[in-house]
Amino acid sequence: METIKQGSFAKEVLQRPHTEGRRETFYYDNAIVRNFAAATVIWGVVGMLAGLWAALQLVLPESLNIGPWFNFGRLRPLHTNAVIFAFVGNGIFMGYYYSIQRLLKTRMWSDLMGKIHFWGWQAIIVAAAITLPLGFTTSKEYAELEWPIDIAITLIWVVFGWNMFATILKRRERHLYVAIWFYIATFVTVAVLHIVNSLAIPVSFFKSYSAFAGVQDALVQWWYGHNAVAFFLTTPYLGLMYYFLPKAANRPVYSYKLSIIHFWSLIFIYIWAGPHHLLYTALPNWAQSLGIVFSFTLIFPSWGGMINGLLTLRGAWDKVREDVILKFMVVAVTCYGMATFEGPMLSLKNINAISHFTDWTIAHVHVGGLGWNGFLTFGILYWLVPKIFRTELYSKKLANVHFWIGTLGILFYAIPMYIAGFMQASMWKQFTPSGQLKYQFLDTVTFMKPFYATRGLGGALFVAGAIIMMYNLWKTAKQGKLLANEQAEAPALEKYTAHKGEHWHRWVERKPTPMLVATLIVILIGGAVEMIPTFLVKSNVPTIASVKPYTPLELQGRDIYVREGCYTCHSQMIRPFRSETERYGEYSKAGEFVYDFPFQWGSKRTGPDLAREGAGNNRKSNTWHYNHLDDPQAISTGSIMPAYSFLIDARLDTASTPGKIKAMQTLGVPYAKGFELEANKDLMKQANEIASDLKKNNINVPADREVLAVIAYLQRLGTDIGNNKTAQLK
Amino acid sequence: MSALVVLIVVSMIVAGGFLGLFIFSVKKGQYDDDYTPSVRMLFDDGVTNTDKQP
Ligand code: HEC
Repeated sequence: METIKQGSFAKEVLQRPHTEGRRETFYYDNAIVRNFAAATVIWGVVGMLAGLWAALQLVLPESLNIGPWFNFGRLRPLHTNAVIFAFVGNGIFMGYYYSIQRLLKTRMWSDLMGKIHFWGWQAIIVAAAITLPLGFTTSKEYAELEWPIDIAITLIWVVFGWNMFATILKRRERHLYVAIWFYIATFVTVAVLHIVNSLAIPVSFFKSYSAFAGVQDALVQWWYGHNAVAFFLTTPYLGLMYYFLPKAANRPVYSYKLSIIHFWSLIFIYIWAGPHHLLYTALPNWAQSLGIVFSFTLIFPSWGGMINGLLTLRGAWDKVREDVILKFMVVAVTCYGMATFEGPMLSLKNINAISHFTDWTIAHVHVGGLGWNGFLTFGILYWLVPKIFRTELYSKKLANVHFWIGTLGILFYAIPMYIAGFMQASMWKQFTPSGQLKYQFLDTVTFMKPFYATRGLGGALFVAGAIIMMYNLWKTAKQGKLLANEQAEAPALEKYTAHKGEHWHRWVERKPTPMLVATLIVILIGGAVEMIPTFLVKSNVPTIASVKPYTPLELQGRDIYVREGCYTCHSQMIRPFRSETERYGEYSKAGEFVYDFPFQWGSKRTGPDLAREGAGNNRKSNTWHYNHLDDPQAISTGSIMPAYSFLIDARLDTASTPGKIKAMQTLGVPYAKGFELEANKDLMKQANEIASDLKKNNINVPADREVLAVIAYLQRLGTDIGNNKTAQLK
Repeated sequence: MSALVVLIVVSMIVAGGFLGLFIFSVKKGQYDDDYTPSVRMLFDDGVTNTDKQP
């Protein structure tokens, strides 16, 4: 085996494989790349506009919430799903189809499968864009789509993976370049995550109940949520970085060895970090600690990768100054470094105590989303579109304009949100010298508005840049002509012959770094195996005798709460801090959530926590809730909550009650046998009680309206133990 | 916490799978050469699209 000194190009050696063996001619498929590129740009702009709209709803709630379809609670999932799965998703596939054919020196195994993949993915996006505004949602963040669409995603994912592995098998290049390893990890892990988190019991075609309840559901969701960030927004993009950054700079990656270490260490650590989303919650402590350790460790591989990316450009900084594509990529990699520094920090308990539930988290994800995913995608698009259309970029100047307003957009987005998050946390936590909470929650809401407005400006700049890019790329495509089938040549693959008499582990032993990595993995797995028996012994969720299943009306109300996406602004998880127990009541216990399919802990407190809305000092009259839902601003001056007046007109779908009760029974909720048949009687009784209570306050509303179910649910929240201190555990 | 057990087992299967893949790829000589691939990937354009090459 030749040893080639790092840094030397040694062209003769490189060309040698091409002169051996029989040369074969084949064609790269660029049409599929073009399709995914177009989808990336279009959905990117759509998804960002949805985000901008949602951002501005927090500034002008009364004019921009167009209920029921485009209230914040339904629009936010539309935005997150669009940018993650439509923009970044198509971006991944674009870069993947371009690079994998070239890296493997072959066309894709099946053109048809590529087409099914493309159109299937777009159909799923359209289905999401229709069902989310209609309120069909599981309420699990970034996994909101209901079960029929989940199944479609699984099928399309299999098509994508099948085609990928078949292509790998027919390759003409023995070595799998590191980018391909990142794609493989993405495929495998996303498949597993998606399936586990989507486990649910359907009640109707567009409604299902999560298979897990409360704490367990939260854990599964954030195992998924975190790894979706890891394996959808990070690993595939690292694959793209390792391909397109060297290509755009026309120089090899700084250290190929480091990239391999980056890959293997990252994937083994990432999957254990999920619990950092649930610090100080009712999740068992050991699971929280496990999450923290792994989250913190993540900084090492992540920074290894960032440094590897940036050092690829060593000695080429003059090129970066001139080449707008490299500029985009440098900012992207820098943002990756910032986000992966911040992530481990936010996993530390004392920092998380401040940042969690605030806009700090929003700032964090947007440094990653806008900077890392957005800018890397833009860089790749500017590089790749002229190439497959065999022309120059239409306007370098416009691309530069895009770069600058995009960068400004990120700054105008992130900086106000960091300040806002920090101020929010501090206002929530401050006490007066006499020991009272210093600020009403509403004070913190109105304080945020200027920051939300500035963030909106940042978002608008960023979208404007993307629209300029859309125009620029359109013009580029028009002035060129798509090279749909690009001819290429390569020798057929030769059989691999192992070095004589050498066993692989001796090879590993001679190479200390892979050895180290392998050892680390063995230790990690060993550690986890040791832990399992400890937890199998007994269930960690203590049952609380006073916690009872929801009444049918409350259950229906809860489903409306899920449908309207109230969880996008309201948490239901009181952490054990004095500032929270003073404001919201007794801190939340794991045992309180055993009937919560799905859990509704939320991740953001744009509005106050509702875990004990029906208990103690928080309890309000039915009339208050009715008026507040009808017109929040009339009750709470300066509120940014959308109006839910349509709930007053909408009739409750009582036909679904028996099916829902049955599904709950299947999930183990102890309703009496045959209760499903009487459930609606019970439901009407409770609704009539609330209606007649409202009547006493001159509010005439028929008992069959959705608003009554929501009120019933809100009044129930936290009452199981909140009203009954003696029932509390420990 | 049965969900925890499910997650740990699933995560371990994934991690174990990758470990197997890692060992397999080392055995197959994937990492025998940890430099050339990084340079070779720079020369992968098709022959009909080489006009952009340096
Ligand atoms: C855009 C974010 C947002 C959404 C979505 C939202 N809220 Fe609110 N909510 C707020 C804000 C902000 C407040 C605090 C100001 C106020 O009282 O209106 C609030 C207050 C409340 C309160 C009063 C809490 C208290 O103790 O003071 C209740 C109850 C409530 N919301 C219920 C709901 C329900 C039910 C939904 C879904 C149908 C919902 N909210 C959706 C932002 C939101």
